[in-house]
Amino acid sequence: MEWIQQLVNGISLGSIYALIALGYTMVYGIIKLINFAHGDVFMIGSFIGFYAIAKWELGFFPALLLAMAVCAIFGVLIERIAYKRLRNATRIAALITAIGVSLLIEYTTIFFRGAQPAAYPEVITNKSFDVFGVQISSTSILILSVTIVLMILLQFIVHKTKIGKAMRAVSHDADAARLMGINVDNTISATFAIGSALAGAAGVIFGVYYTKIDPLMGVIPGVKAFIAAVLGGIGIIPGAMVGGMLLGVVESFVSALGFSLWRDAAAFVILILILIFRPSGIFGKNAREKV
Amino acid sequence: MLKVQNIDVFYGNIQALKSLSLEVNEGEIVTLIGANGAGKSTLLKTLSGLLKPKGGIIEYEGFSIAGKAAQTIVKSGISHVPEGRRVFANMSVEENLELGAYLRNDKAGIKKDLDHVYELFPRLLERRKQQSGTLSGGEQQMLAMGRALMAKPKLLLMDEPSMGLAPLMVKNIFNIIEQVNKEGTTVLLVEQNANMALSVANRAYVLETGRIVLSGTAKELQESEQVKAAYLGGL
Repeated sequence: MEWIQQLVNGISLGSIYALIALGYTMVYGIIKLINFAHGDVFMIGSFIGFYAIAKWELGFFPALLLAMAVCAIFGVLIERIAYKRLRNATRIAALITAIGVSLLIEYTTIFFRGAQPAAYPEVITNKSFDVFGVQISSTSILILSVTIVLMILLQFIVHKTKIGKAMRAVSHDADAARLMGINVDNTISATFAIGSALAGAAGVIFGVYYTKIDPLMGVIPGVKAFIAAVLGGIGIIPGAMVGGMLLGVVESFVSALGFSLWRDAAAFVILILILIFRPSGIFGKNAREKV
Repeated sequence: MLKVQNIDVFYGNIQALKSLSLEVNEGEIVTLIGANGAGKSTLLKTLSGLLKPKGGIIEYEGFSIAGKAAQTIVKSGISHVPEGRRVFANMSVEENLELGAYLRNDKAGIKKDLDHVYELFPRLLERRKQQSGTLSGGEQQMLAMGRALMAKPKLLLMDEPSMGLAPLMVKNIFNIIEQVNKEGTTVLLVEQNANMALSVANRAYVLETGRIVLSGTAKELQESEQVKAAYLGGL
């Protein structure tokens, strides 16, 4: 039972990683940029949710939607202001810019509200359900259901809507997409909007689950989500979902074995192993196409 | 229909097209032949908005389209079938065709054109759910053409449709180009396979290192000693 308990905890944690990883992977898929500011969008989402619930007394779902909307706009602004003009620059220039944007967001937040942590208010009465001896908290159920709904929604957008098809076309071949009449700039913005909205949702969920947030909270989950995206195969959407869940479960098991101090190290060991043995990730194929 | 006057196109410091002029009239098949690196693809990319000319005039149906965004040009009725097909390999055949109609909103018309593309290319109908990356080269060429036709173009730009295809498939593709033209689409065809191109075209231009060096009816060029020696295998 202990193991199933850890599995449940791991899935809750993994949901958060997966939601953040989706943004990394979508942005990488479309402009081949590791957006290191993505973890900070997650932090901003968490704070928006915090103010919405604590100060403006909104409920969980309105706060979630507000955080997602603000993050979507924020993500598009970051892209338009910082990354767009680097579209044809070397990848290292864009990468360094992303790190700069990340630091800018972190320390601007600290400048305005200070570095002290904030305590997330309780939004749902925390009950525990006993399912065959496994304790499942109502927060865990909430996290998992929000994550699943968002992932289904994302799959629908990517596969069934016009903008989703445009996103896939641009990520495969931007010039060919232009020849179809697709507006590549708008499609890239839409990708940032969707990825950032998911990070915003993850931020609110994180706050509700862990109850403590601060301006540098995005750093470690950001890096972990990046590992999750690489684990699943960067640029591949289902890969980010599975990679995130898997990483969450592995971390929970490592903690359960009594090595909780080694939890973060485990994530990096996974990254190193995947880079050595299967750099294209679980879902990645070594790209070979007919010419 | 299309009038190109003295355009200059550069890649960085290298000039790819030098004061190039040509004309395409409505209903024609015009072909542009020339060796590798002569600037054939560069011209098509400039016409479809992927490259911007430094100077010169491009007029399409009386409007200047030089330097306009690709989506504006597609909307005005020019579709480009790029060199090397460039199909979206990660998507199904039908999704590729739907993307061809990206700027259109007339559902009934799109459905009709989709059926028409499947009529032209029955092979695509058989494979409509298949990932397009798994198609053969010839099938990918059909898909690239079908995708361009889904935009309902008045002018179709085709870049090396015969490249890498078996002779029978080349024949098949050229038959379809002729059929599409008969149905009212004007075609500007870029080819290295000069024999094949001249056999379907009304008029032709010969391009050498960014300049037009010869032009005339397809028949005239087929009989020109210069063209025979350089492009038709020196019979």
